Amino acid sequence: MSAERRAGRLDGLVPWALPLGLVVLWEIASQAGFISSRVLPAPSAVVAAGWRLASIGELWVNMGVSALRAAIGLVIGGTFGFVLGLTNGLSRKFERATDTLLQMVRNVPHLALIPLVILWFGIDETAKIFLVVLGVFFPIYINTLHGIRSVDPQLIEMGRTYGMTSFELFWRVILPGALPSIFVGLRYALGFMWLTLIVAETIAASSGIGYMAMQAREFLLVDVVVLSILIYALLGKLADSTARLLERSCLAWHPAFQSK
Amino acid sequence: MTGSALSIARSAPDYWHQAREGASDPGPGLNLTIRNLTKSFGANQVLKGLDLFVSAGQFVSIVGKSGCGKSTLLRLLVGLDQPTSGSFWFGSVPEEKHDESAVRVMFQEPRLLPWARVLGNVEVGLGRARKHADARDRALATLTGVGLGDRRDEWPSVLSGGQRQRVALARALVSNPRVLAFDEPLGALDALTRISMQNLLEQVWRDQGFTALMVTHDVAEAVMLGDRVLLIEEGVITLDLRVDIPRPRRRGSPEIAALEGRILDALFKDARAGEDA
Repeated sequence: MSAERRAGRLDGLVPWALPLGLVVLWEIASQAGFISSRVLPAPSAVVAAGWRLASIGELWVNMGVSALRAAIGLVIGGTFGFVLGLTNGLSRKFERATDTLLQMVRNVPHLALIPLVILWFGIDETAKIFLVVLGVFFPIYINTLHGIRSVDPQLIEMGRTYGMTSFELFWRVILPGALPSIFVGLRYALGFMWLTLIVAETIAASSGIGYMAMQAREFLLVDVVVLSILIYALLGKLADSTARLLERSCLAWHPAFQSK
Repeated sequence: MTGSALSIARSAPDYWHQAREGASDPGPGLNLTIRNLTKSFGANQVLKGLDLFVSAGQFVSIVGKSGCGKSTLLRLLVGLDQPTSGSFWFGSVPEEKHDESAVRVMFQEPRLLPWARVLGNVEVGLGRARKHADARDRALATLTGVGLGDRRDEWPSVLSGGQRQRVALARALVSNPRVLAFDEPLGALDALTRISMQNLLEQVWRDQGFTALMVTHDVAEAVMLGDRVLLIEEGVITLDLRVDIPRPRRRGSPEIAALEGRILDALFKDARAGEDA
């Protein structure tokens, strides 16, 4: 291995150095007895709890349930937000008709609807998915709308002079121009997606990571509570990395994503 | 970059002829006739009954102060705005129909699609012919003609201002237009790049034979490139000057300077009168 490649590998570890370092410090502090295991169990204890739950299958079931809720909510809310963002971005009339309502709804924190949602749907899947849909809808809607509105009008004029049809204009000029903003919306939406799910699952659920944490609290299993929190952190990081990867490949033309 | 651009431009004709062979209509420029053309924006009348005849293949430079209506005229001719009254037509009779790619425009800004590679941007200029099998070859031949064939797979963001404007020129030329309108195409370039671009413009105009209409702020540039220089003031043509200097013209020659002086005198006659008073 050349020195350059070795340096490249080490460079890839830099983003992980801080979280890993914290875990090591935490382990040392726990082993030395500075932190009581009732307050915060050692990382090794958390890993052991993870191993235990994984081997009886409970961990996988709950993770699967949570991930599925997140994905379904994201797809439904994201699709609505994207489509409405497009139509309102392309048509002033449509925007005038719908904007007032949308702005009113947007200013209600969607988590404030939890009591109502429980009354409507009970604590089954629909309630949680509904909340996630609400949570991801607005970031995607607003950023799609903003992206379409901020496409350079000079480029649209250029497209017209070169005889582009409306469809071509949309596909080759407007949508690519709006894409950077749409990705910003997507990354915000992913944050809201996990946030909503955590709250919904801890308040009203009979499965999922949040439910697992609440159950563990009942039995004072601090290690499982911490495990649940760490799993959320990892899932959130995973979703964000996926979005970044997508962004990198879709926006390769953007100066911000060019390595040179 | 400036030096190499010049030498490439000189060796360009081979590529132009290649590009032209594939064209369905290789004919040269079209006449332009304008009859009593007016354009108002609300109460503000920008063009006040303009009459003009430009014969096929002529290079016409249009100068005038900001807001005189010269850019508005160009926008009407390329179909970006509709006239308030009056009419204009390309060709010999008003009824003559032309392909949508017969009239092209080049703006002050390159207006390249940042998300398309250089070659893809040139292909945009083919309009509906973009889906033909030879589209790529035609685009590449034209791009090579402006000296950027080796940059075809780059993103526009990595090119210099002059290079971007040459890609925009290739995009305007690729469909072999019969009329090419320039709206201050070199206004944003530095002085040296500007000179090499002027040479390139003259070169492609002489090779392709389109009718050229160029709005510019630079009177020297107008005289250097134009067969004719029009001065527009407050929505009407107040000066129509023939430039009978043989090409290739020499920058800074006394004949050019003399014509430039006449146009500048006409442009600033009001100010002169004011000074005298």
